[in-house]
Amino acid sequence: MVYLTRKAEFAASHYYHNPDFSPEENQRLFGKCNNPNGHGHNYTLEVTVKGEVDPRSGFVVDLKQLKEVMHREVLDAMDHRFLNKEVPEFFNKIPTTENLAIAIWQRLELKLQKAKLHRVRVYETQDLFVDFYGEND
Amino acid sequence: MKAHLTRRYRFSASHRLHNAEMSDDENRATYGKCNNPYGHGHNYALEVTVSGAVDPATGMVCNLVDLDSCVETEVLSRYHLENLNTRQEFAVTIPTTENLCIQIFDILHRRFPHAHLERVRLEETMMNSFEYAGGQELIS
Repeated sequence: MVYLTRKAEFAASHYYHNPDFSPEENQRLFGKCNNPNGHGHNYTLEVTVKGEVDPRSGFVVDLKQLKEVMHREVLDAMDHRFLNKEVPEFFNKIPTTENLAIAIWQRLELKLQKAKLHRVRVYETQDLFVDFYGEND
Repeated sequence: MKAHLTRRYRFSASHRLHNAEMSDDENRATYGKCNNPYGHGHNYALEVTVSGAVDPATGMVCNLVDLDSCVETEVLSRYHLENLNTRQEFAVTIPTTENLCIQIFDILHRRFPHAHLERVRLEETMMNSFEYAGGQELIS
């Protein structure tokens, strides 16, 4: 079993707001992140897949294909977007980095062919990241 | 009390990804630019993780001097500023970073007796890296 990690970067904006809460409660819970005009981050995404090395090619997975899937499923949809308004997963869900990691996992899991998804790591800043290992972890 | 220790090293090497059993077209389709007959190079970053009980006398899992000297002798002197394809271990096996990662793990597993080898992680570029734990699942 060999693990391969591919990194990508994207920039997006978001804000945190739960319509079930009062404005005061939203403010108390989410603080500055509750600003409805949003704010942005440079996100770093690390996708780790695992598998056996194909004896013929020496590859676990075609890196080019993984890069293409990451670009198509994640960067094209999220780079330079306002997550709350432009990414369907967050129309009714708060785009925290936790929910972002889960949404990215769900987007990628369906599209990866040979390799098995092991981990999605999303850095919101250099000092904060979230890991998601799938529903069954 | 068990602890894990990771040490980071760097080396540069060249390789060409080419399988003699594939046609030229299939090689190009599989490996793209990496199939260039003259090869190309990378600055690899290598992370070696070992584990063991912390020795109450020294406060160490193992002496870093021993780890450095083993990695220098067994890995860096073997691969730094070399063409991987010219190495006997890659005469048949394609020198992808997957296979290089496995190779380095196997060498250190045989040659480093001072602590348990947990994992080898090899960065080929800033954007991709490979990990091998002797076939075991990674402890996240």
